[in-house]
Amino acid sequence: MAILEKHKILEKNATLLLVFSLLVVTVGGIVEIAPLFYLENTIEKVKGVRPYTPLELQGREVYIREGCYVCHSQMIRPMRDEVERYGHYSLAAESMYDHPFQWGSKRTGPDLARVGGRYSDEWHVAHLANPQSVVPESVMPKYGFLLKAELEPGYIDELMSTHALLGTPYSEEMITQAKADFAAQADPDADTDGLQERYGEASQFGSPAVVVRNFDGKPGISEMDALIAYMQMLGTLVDFSTFTPDASR
Amino acid sequence: MSTEEKKNAEGFGTTGHSWDGIEEWNNPMPRWWVWTFYITIIWAIGYVIAYPAWPLINGATSGLLGYSTRAEVAAQIAAVDEQNAELREKLASVDLTTISEDTALHNYAKQGGAAVFRNNCAQCHGSGANGIRMGSGYPNLLDDDWLWGGSIEEIAFTIRNGVRNEQSDDAHINDMPAFGDDWLEKAQIDQVVNYVLKLSGQDHDAGLATEGATIFLDECSSCHMEDGTGDSTTGAPNLADAIWLYDGDAATITETVTFARGGVMPAWAQEFNPGFGLSDAEINAVAAYVHQLGGGQ
Repeated sequence: MAILEKHKILEKNATLLLVFSLLVVTVGGIVEIAPLFYLENTIEKVKGVRPYTPLELQGREVYIREGCYVCHSQMIRPMRDEVERYGHYSLAAESMYDHPFQWGSKRTGPDLARVGGRYSDEWHVAHLANPQSVVPESVMPKYGFLLKAELEPGYIDELMSTHALLGTPYSEEMITQAKADFAAQADPDADTDGLQERYGEASQFGSPAVVVRNFDGKPGISEMDALIAYMQMLGTLVDFSTFTPDASR
Repeated sequence: MSTEEKKNAEGFGTTGHSWDGIEEWNNPMPRWWVWTFYITIIWAIGYVIAYPAWPLINGATSGLLGYSTRAEVAAQIAAVDEQNAELREKLASVDLTTISEDTALHNYAKQGGAAVFRNNCAQCHGSGANGIRMGSGYPNLLDDDWLWGGSIEEIAFTIRNGVRNEQSDDAHINDMPAFGDDWLEKAQIDQVVNYVLKLSGQDHDAGLATEGATIFLDECSSCHMEDGTGDSTTGAPNLADAIWLYDGDAATITETVTFARGGVMPAWAQEFNPGFGLSDAEINAVAAYVHQLGGGQ
């Protein structure tokens, strides 16, 4: 057959074979990946999902730095047993401001997609400092040093600008107020009207109020404060009592 | 395309490739393999028609079967809910004090409650409900020493509203003062600690304890009662027994008196935790489970 004769040219020329292989893979890639960027059903808008506050974003950096994703997923799959255990299955929108996403692929520990509000801050501090003190059978390492690692807002505004570049809707105001918001969220006595207005109920996202507490119970802002602030908001943004899933998605 | 008239026993020639005189028979693929390959192609066509597949402008083709992951999980949950609907409904509105009379319902509550417990409560109270270890600050639920009452209804109330949280207005709240804050002198704390050691039958300094008795009567007895046995209506722990929420040694009691304690338990009812809180049936189930662990009153 003539076409097979022509194929011989590719088989005998390594560079040409490479180029054409790449072309074939590109077609597959375009068909499978490109539609995800425009299809409406992959980018479902859900009320309540907002970008991370500066403190939460910093906590997320700690989460990524310590490699929490290696043992903890943040993805409740749409299966009955997972929904019964962890709560409503994860929506794509819930990780739309995650750069990079923390879905993970292994559960040495439990899924954390809806860990927010499940335990008290005190429990988190005790558990992170010494996991075996509250879960004797746990194999999790100790992260007590987070309590001692004082955090400065440092380059938080630049970090937020980077996220804005990736498509997270951080406004000019959010970025200029980043350092103030960062400090306010860990201080129960601070004036948090601005923070709430930017990220809370009155914001354009219609999110629940931002949780403001001294998360680690100690003076100053430590990495523990940031990490717990991040974990306490995970999965709490969408009000599932009013959310009706579109079954066709 | 064989270059020569060379043929093997099955009558197939060579591929024509020759490397250093080594040639390759042009045998066809095994029949079963070829047919399996064709069947997978046919299967793929059928699959594309039946299931969601091709991405179009606004969405992917939905497929003739109309399958969706969300619909499937919703159907599975609905099916199990329906199966248990009768028991759950009964459980949600049952009079807890008489639940043990209905064996089927009680068994369902105990089993279901155990699952709820392992998922939501074990992190603090331990997977065996023993409070992880004595002195951990998390109450042991196996004994009959109850901070906020051990009847099945009191247990359900505590689960529903929690302790010292900001979620429920009905959360149990008491506020032990930190006696180290300009209240008692260090020496006085030492005396009252020795009195508490005496109350709980431990080694103590008799002289200090006698001094401490007066302080205890003035400062502590309004909550912990004169004999130190506590009061479950105000959540004041019994100090006269050998069970300690925080350790019962002199150093830990001194810390407790100086800085005070105040553990937190979340309010588990759904109304306080949209999304993952416990339903009425689940609260009753876990109350029934905890109540029958050994210490229920």
